[in-house]
Amino acid sequence: MSLLQIQDVAVYYGGIQALKGVSLHIDVGELLAIVGANGAGKTTLLRTVSGVLRARSGSIRFDGRDVTRLPPHAIVGLGIAHSPEGRQLFGGLTVVENLRLGAVQRSDRAAVEQDFEYVFELFPILRERRQQRAGTLSGGEQQMLAIGRALMARPRLLLLDEPSLGLAPLLVERIFDVIARLKSERVTLLLVEQNARMALEVADRAYVMETGRIKLTGSAAELAANPDVERAYLGG
Amino acid sequence: MAFVVQQLINALALGSIYALMAIGLAMIFGILRLINFPHGELLMIGPYFAVALSLLGVPFGLAVVLAVALAGVAGIVMERLAYRPLRGAPDVSLLLTSLGVSIFLQNITIMFFSGQSRAFAGPSFLDQRLPVMQNVGISTIDVVIFATAMVLVVLFSLFVTRTVIGVSMRASAENLLAAQLVGINLSRVITVAFVIGAGMAAVAGILYGIRVGKIDPLMGFIPLLKAFVATVIGGFGSIPGAVLGAYVLGFLEILLAGSLPSGVTAYRDAIIFGLLIVVLLVRPQGILGSGDAERV
Repeated sequence: MSLLQIQDVAVYYGGIQALKGVSLHIDVGELLAIVGANGAGKTTLLRTVSGVLRARSGSIRFDGRDVTRLPPHAIVGLGIAHSPEGRQLFGGLTVVENLRLGAVQRSDRAAVEQDFEYVFELFPILRERRQQRAGTLSGGEQQMLAIGRALMARPRLLLLDEPSLGLAPLLVERIFDVIARLKSERVTLLLVEQNARMALEVADRAYVMETGRIKLTGSAAELAANPDVERAYLGG
Repeated sequence: MAFVVQQLINALALGSIYALMAIGLAMIFGILRLINFPHGELLMIGPYFAVALSLLGVPFGLAVVLAVALAGVAGIVMERLAYRPLRGAPDVSLLLTSLGVSIFLQNITIMFFSGQSRAFAGPSFLDQRLPVMQNVGISTIDVVIFATAMVLVVLFSLFVTRTVIGVSMRASAENLLAAQLVGINLSRVITVAFVIGAGMAAVAGILYGIRVGKIDPLMGFIPLLKAFVATVIGGFGSIPGAVLGAYVLGFLEILLAGSLPSGVTAYRDAIIFGLLIVVLLVRPQGILGSGDAERV
């Protein structure tokens, strides 16, 4: 059974329809990529899964449970963590405070301490910066903190929205190394990327979105070899 | 010299009252982007609850504690009934609702207690004057006001740095979207903000009432405006800024009152609000505010 099952979801911003009936599913341990141009609805889809946007129709099921109308904090409580586009850190709070808030719903203190160690091992620079305000970090460090904060929830499903956006090529490599490592640790990942080439390299399966719809789907390898995808998204 | 010391003490007491108000105002604004007009009424109902309880025969000390608790409950009820149903509505709707709640609370108090002011006195030891130096006496109430404010400010800063709900509150004020995405229960954070804000306002109201010796249903309006000015001076939404702004304002007011020729002192509020306009024009983000001027 799928961990996440999205069925025919439609989302509107006022009168404008941003998602026009999107369906997809993710299995446990899978790394799923959603690629597509700016404005295709990728971020909207993730935010709808997280409950900060409401689907007007359609349903979202997580682990067999209908989560379509749950508030965001309840969705996090069920095990979906979200590393948002643009990082959305708490800029005036320290690195440690940001990470602590990633685990805001957890009461298993010992395990939270372990996860601090895990995140610091994943991103050693964050350990050095632990008492620094998040707003003073460099772009790459902020992205690491955003991912680390989401991991602090010890999620069963991790949503990564544009983790490579605006980063220097070397840092993009670093971030994708971490994504590959998370995949090898069997974290279920939903990755949204404009950098389709990198995303398709690391993903198991992928969906291509265009103007609020799923246009194509298949294994990442198939899509990477598809001439249409290559022309439109891989600059081939 | 004696005059200066005396004025300094007055300024600290006045600044403390504004600070207790301004913290709540800044906290609620930070999270909801709402200027909570009924904050003045929360200040007012503090002493009125104390009066009502005293009339029922509750001893003064207990009445004060219960009054602050009741004001906290009033803060929760206000948020639940007036603001929560409007979550996600345009800011203007919230602002108008807030004005409506303010007028409602004033009038319901007038209904129960009449619009006239009534005497309000604490225990007699608060009226005593402590001799500090020759010709200078501090009234006990001023010491109590300053000490209470300091204790509450310290407790509050521990709360927002050491507790999960306190850090969540700062986080929600920083970035509402991120707060939701990490799983902070916003409703709970907002409730706590209203309880604390209302409680502090009630404490301010009771102390203010004792200092002035009387209370009336419209007594909250001017302190609200002053606390508002304090938060703007400090940087709206910044809590340390609000406290700093409150004391700056306290000193400024006393300075104006003490130094202006007697014919002009009546205009000191006008001068204060003129200052507000200057601050908004020159440094809209306030002393400690972030560069995000759009917030104001």
